Amino acid sequence: MSAGLELRNLTHRYTQGSSAALSQLSVEVNPQELVAFLGPSGCGKTTALRIIAGLLRPTSGDVLVDGVSVLAVPPEKRGAAMVFQNPLLFPHMSVAANIGFGLRMRNVRRDQIERRIATALRQVRMEGFEDRRPDELSGGQQQRVALARALVTEPRLLLLDEPLSALDASLRDEMRELVREVQKQGGYTTVFVTHDQEEAVVLADRIALLFDGKLQMYDEPQAFYDRPASRRIAEFFGATNFIRGRVRNGAAETRLGRLNIAGVAPSGDVTLTIRPEAVRLEEGENSFPARITRVTYLGTRISCRLDANGLNLRVAVPPDARVHEGKKVTARLPTESLWALRD
Amino acid sequence: MIVAALVALPFVPLVLWTFAGEWRFPDLLPAEWSLRGIRYLLDPGNGVLGATLISLLVGVSVALASVAVGLPAGMALGGYEWRFKGIVIFFILLPILVPPLASTMGIHLTFIRLGLTDTVLGVFLVHLVPTVPYTAIIMTSIFVERTGELEEVARTLGAGPWQTFLHVTLPAAAPGVAVAGLFAFLISWGQYILTLLIGGGNVVSLPMLLFSAASGNDPVITSALALAFAVPAILALVIALRYLKPLETDRGRGFLGLGKVS
Repeated sequence: MSAGLELRNLTHRYTQGSSAALSQLSVEVNPQELVAFLGPSGCGKTTALRIIAGLLRPTSGDVLVDGVSVLAVPPEKRGAAMVFQNPLLFPHMSVAANIGFGLRMRNVRRDQIERRIATALRQVRMEGFEDRRPDELSGGQQQRVALARALVTEPRLLLLDEPLSALDASLRDEMRELVREVQKQGGYTTVFVTHDQEEAVVLADRIALLFDGKLQMYDEPQAFYDRPASRRIAEFFGATNFIRGRVRNGAAETRLGRLNIAGVAPSGDVTLTIRPEAVRLEEGENSFPARITRVTYLGTRISCRLDANGLNLRVAVPPDARVHEGKKVTARLPTESLWALRD
Repeated sequence: MIVAALVALPFVPLVLWTFAGEWRFPDLLPAEWSLRGIRYLLDPGNGVLGATLISLLVGVSVALASVAVGLPAGMALGGYEWRFKGIVIFFILLPILVPPLASTMGIHLTFIRLGLTDTVLGVFLVHLVPTVPYTAIIMTSIFVERTGELEEVARTLGAGPWQTFLHVTLPAAAPGVAVAGLFAFLISWGQYILTLLIGGGNVVSLPMLLFSAASGNDPVITSALALAFAVPAILALVIALRYLKPLETDRGRGFLGLGKVS
């Protein structure tokens, strides 16, 4: 039932001659996969989602569902149910009528509609709310009903446009788990639009990162931390350690001395990055003297700021490490954790 | 309370006169009471019932027709951006900008040619001239506020364009449709000049009777007719305000966005 989705060279301009809201986006989503479209506001992720839903016609490019172009198919026939940032429940209908809406529009038999409404309510843990009016529900409850309303149509594609961003933090975590659970159980092919990288990492099988309408990187969440494709991507995912250098003979000349790097990096200017938790305070390969300038205790770990020959580095060490401000240490950047960025 | 009293005050002499038998200056209240005014209203020979029916028939038809024209106009003007929209709005408003007498002269000539003068149909058509602009404007204000997102949700859930209109757009616009319809009804109900010009005295509506009575010399009859004229309109307004209550509480907005009524 759930389908594969392919976006092919999708480009969209809202008005003729304006800069592209979406530029040459090509993404493949496997059946039952949850892909997050991630990026800052205005990056084109919602535009892409609206094109998939059929609410917007792309300027050029194609949308394929199970290998068949759906550009000519109107939204109601695409089987792509969408949940928006706001619940957008129909105000003049009860919860049950809202959920049953899609089925009534498809002329599903009455007894079957009722059964499927009951199932959907159970899925989102809202049993007993059938007869409530939307304005009698909290924001979180409304969003659950909106989710149930989309799920009950058994969509080929489930499109979620920042469905959790209007909820407060505690509710958001709970809803995140619910979305993940429901998506896995039902095996819905899902595109989830968000600007929150943490949310994307927690939920998605793969993340498509967009900046300025262009796809920057499409990979599993871990790859955005371990192997970011550019400095901007690394920064978006919270990386702070950047070491400029020049590669010669498989090693980089930097302010910290000569650093060996894994793999074969092309000669020339390079920026090296490393996660704070990968930095070691010990002697060995790629080590150099440094001074601790700031210590912040974070409960499960200690975040330190190092000064090494005028370069600032952030290091995360276990909470039992003996560190204090002003202490002179030796820091080491393990070869396998150093990642060379192009740019 | 004060507002209610102020609204009700002008009706006090009207009611008193309607039931007055003999009332001379400087008495504060009539010396005698009588049901002459009411009897006059109910006497078939005076044509009051007939005129009321004509007024109701024309008013309700005008309300329905104005909404039928104003709804799509409002959707187009409020919901979408397109070229020459300003010019179209200007043309829609033209009938209420131009003095009705001026335009009705031209309409009169045309209607004579079409054989529509002196007919109820003609009166109905000419009443649409002032009502359609108002309904279109009210509808526009409704659709300007709507984002169309509810419709988009409906589409992705499997509703076609017509199903979406029927099940989502129309119910959401219902309070506004009711207000617009009521306005159209009230404008038609109070229309004198247009009815006189096109109806030519053959189409007798309540205002026609009221005018001729007012130029006569019997305050009892005039007051009785004025009451018969005012009460249905007030009733319609009260019912409409009741109906609009949900709009007020849901969106925290008052009647037509003007703030809380009552």
